[in-house]
Amino acid sequence: MADRGHDHVHASPVDEDSPHSYHQTLEVAVRELLIEKGVIDADEVRAAVEEMDARTPARGARVVARAWTDPDFRARLLADAPAACRELDIDVSPAQLTVTENTEDVHNVIVCTLCSCYPRPLLGLPPSWYKSASYRSRAVREPRAVLQEFGLDLPETVAVRVHDSTADLRYIVLPQRPEGTDTFSEDDLAALVTRDCLIGVAVPRVTRTVAEPASP
Amino acid sequence: MDSRGRGTHDIGGLAGAPIELSEHEAAFWEKRVDAILMLLVGEPRRLISVDELRRGIEQLGAGAYERLSYYERWIASITTLLLEKGVITVDELGRKIAEVEGRGA
Repeated sequence: MADRGHDHVHASPVDEDSPHSYHQTLEVAVRELLIEKGVIDADEVRAAVEEMDARTPARGARVVARAWTDPDFRARLLADAPAACRELDIDVSPAQLTVTENTEDVHNVIVCTLCSCYPRPLLGLPPSWYKSASYRSRAVREPRAVLQEFGLDLPETVAVRVHDSTADLRYIVLPQRPEGTDTFSEDDLAALVTRDCLIGVAVPRVTRTVAEPASP
Repeated sequence: MDSRGRGTHDIGGLAGAPIELSEHEAAFWEKRVDAILMLLVGEPRRLISVDELRRGIEQLGAGAYERLSYYERWIASITTLLLEKGVITVDELGRKIAEVEGRGA
């Protein structure tokens, strides 16, 4: 994944010693003003960044693995995703969350055509391509062509459903459990579930590196 | 609105270029912009809402919307909203920006 492409032009990693662009200066100025006025404090900003770094797609994968191994949990997850996530000590508030389940006949994909709404509590920050104009515009126009660009070629018999997220309603995909994983532990299963599977631009595949430790 | 009768941000269903599968990790300053927003949106402050952030971004205008990066749009919108709500003033912001620039960072 990491070698797929280069950072876009605004993306160069920047630290405090680099020359500030206007908007970086603006960030410093606004943050310091808010701290001086007692609206926020510096520790809260640090803690929020740490919390951001702690949210990774592993959380979403844990939810999926539980749904694959516990049919009752799966039913609760599809009926009321925020409540089911709370069972795993994952708080998805404040936005509503809906889980869309892939089946033999239906494949789900998520997008936010208007901006970049994303199930951040379960996946962390969205990748650049999710926020790109190309993905946002084309995902609802020609989803199959878009999925092919991600290397996912779905048969015509499978319907593709695209879910357009909003600030108040986020989606996540519950992929199908791959064949040949009957002996897998919940952790082994979670390891199959990548971020892209949860967005719907990929499906879980059994790879050798995961299958080996799963054998008795 | 443009000639299509759409806002600049309203691009769902339009044609577009192949997707550039980049995996840009947010820079520190970008994460801080994100953190500032989360703190202002969440309890107990609720000073601004996510919908207001998006309205501010949509009002940047076509040129700025397309020219600015993702978190540049965010900090621009956050600043506008804080000014609108009187949380900070134009004078305070101007002085602070000059001070930050003066540090020669």
